Amino acid sequence: MSTTPPREPRRARPVPTPETQFHWDGARAGELRLQRCRPCQRAYFPPRPFCPRCASRDVEIVRASGRATLYSYVIHHRPVPGFTAPYAIAVVALEEGPRMMTSLVGLPQTPEALVLDMPLEVSFQKLDDEISLPVFGPAGSGS
Amino acid sequence: MRRRAVAIVGAAETTALGVIPHLSQIGLHADAALNALADCGLAPSDVDGIATAGESPTAIALALGITPTWVDGTAVGGCSFMLHVRHAAAAIEAGLCKTVLITHGQSGRSRVGAGGFGFAPSSLQGQFEAPYGIAGPPSLFTIPCLRYMKDFGLTHEQLAMVAVVQREWAAKNPRAMHRDPIGVEDVLASRVIAWPFHLLECCLVTDGGGALVLVSAERARDFREKPVFVLGTGESVETPMVSQMEDFTTSRAFRVSGRMAFAEAGIGPREVDHLMIYDAFAHLPIYGLEDLGFVPRGEAGRYIWDRNTAPGGELPLNTNGGGLSYTHTGMYGMFALQESVRQLRGRAAAQVPDVHVSVAHGVGGMFAAAGTVILSNEPG
Repeated sequence: MSTTPPREPRRARPVPTPETQFHWDGARAGELRLQRCRPCQRAYFPPRPFCPRCASRDVEIVRASGRATLYSYVIHHRPVPGFTAPYAIAVVALEEGPRMMTSLVGLPQTPEALVLDMPLEVSFQKLDDEISLPVFGPAGSGS
Repeated sequence: MRRRAVAIVGAAETTALGVIPHLSQIGLHADAALNALADCGLAPSDVDGIATAGESPTAIALALGITPTWVDGTAVGGCSFMLHVRHAAAAIEAGLCKTVLITHGQSGRSRVGAGGFGFAPSSLQGQFEAPYGIAGPPSLFTIPCLRYMKDFGLTHEQLAMVAVVQREWAAKNPRAMHRDPIGVEDVLASRVIAWPFHLLECCLVTDGGGALVLVSAERARDFREKPVFVLGTGESVETPMVSQMEDFTTSRAFRVSGRMAFAEAGIGPREVDHLMIYDAFAHLPIYGLEDLGFVPRGEAGRYIWDRNTAPGGELPLNTNGGGLSYTHTGMYGMFALQESVRQLRGRAAAQVPDVHVSVAHGVGGMFAAAGTVILSNEPG
């Protein structure tokens, strides 16, 4: 009788779709890419090939400034593959308007260090050759 | 003005509640369904409409031997059953069927024949939320709360008080899983799950289920229990991605659903005697009280702190002990509806005097969906 070692739980990894590929291509190149509706001039996220407000398909891909503020978060205390608890799961408000979920880097993962509305800026965390995740750290730290 | 044409005539939960390892998930559906049908003296062969979530309606039809002419598999999380009541009322009013059975069963704790939690890695949640270390509702449903706390000055003590007050209700309910008294300091001293949420501010994980039987108000007179009339209902969805809510201090789905239900019932919050707000986590009664119009924006924390929702208070809330202390299988909405029915029948464990109108408000898929049902023991 053979025993199979338990499969190591893996860290969740995004699988791009044709509609989101531009975003992940950008992240791999060190750019935070959003879409913007040409008629409305509004940037939006998550990706889709039409404007969520006016349904226009006349949208362009733009490079975001990477500047954001901390909108809300939790500090998770339970084990998750690929993470060392406790760690923050955050939502940031991008300068261009949209919000996105992210990790906070270069900061202690404590309520004292993570202050709502604090300025942040994007950096990229490489998971593998295909996927780099946009993450956010203190503005001006060049993280 | 609504016709008030549909009533709940059968309502029951599973025979056991809490830890039920000897039944699979579909077994829990069937146990609850048979109990609810027995409650109104019907057999599965009398049922011509079925609705459920978590299992497919076809699986329920096979399990119970039902040949339906109306089927609803709307699955938007834990409030799906509120939506089923709304859809069933419309179907009965439209003549699509006469006797609707709504079932819930979930082996949330024992995981017998149960599904898992997870996002497809190519879904929007799988691409743009899951990679940041989320691990189910305790790490997602909770994320908006710090924003609310900052914007409205909600304190950690006020958030903890939600759990304290609900435990007071649970203490009166022999079926509640946790009945020992707790204080604010106990809540704040309990293990941190996802700061600012401590263990006692997060729901239980249990096995259980419940079912409802609905018929036209005309037919409802023929049943042995006093009918519970459906006065008004509402439903909406916002976003499956918590990060994409319009505003972290209020739920659009709650507001749309609640407004619709009150408009249909032709009443306002002041005319409500008893309230159930789906409490997967302690902040939800706070959002619910405000978004349904019971309390002005930013004041729900203080309202609960001042014991207005506690035993003896002006607005009895979550009188079974709620998801925090009574039971939470994963989709709690059915249990909120069951407690509203029990209160209106005058048969709740923690019975509130003179309940004529009860509201059961549910959420689903974190802040993705909402359903509101306004019930009364008077035809209106």
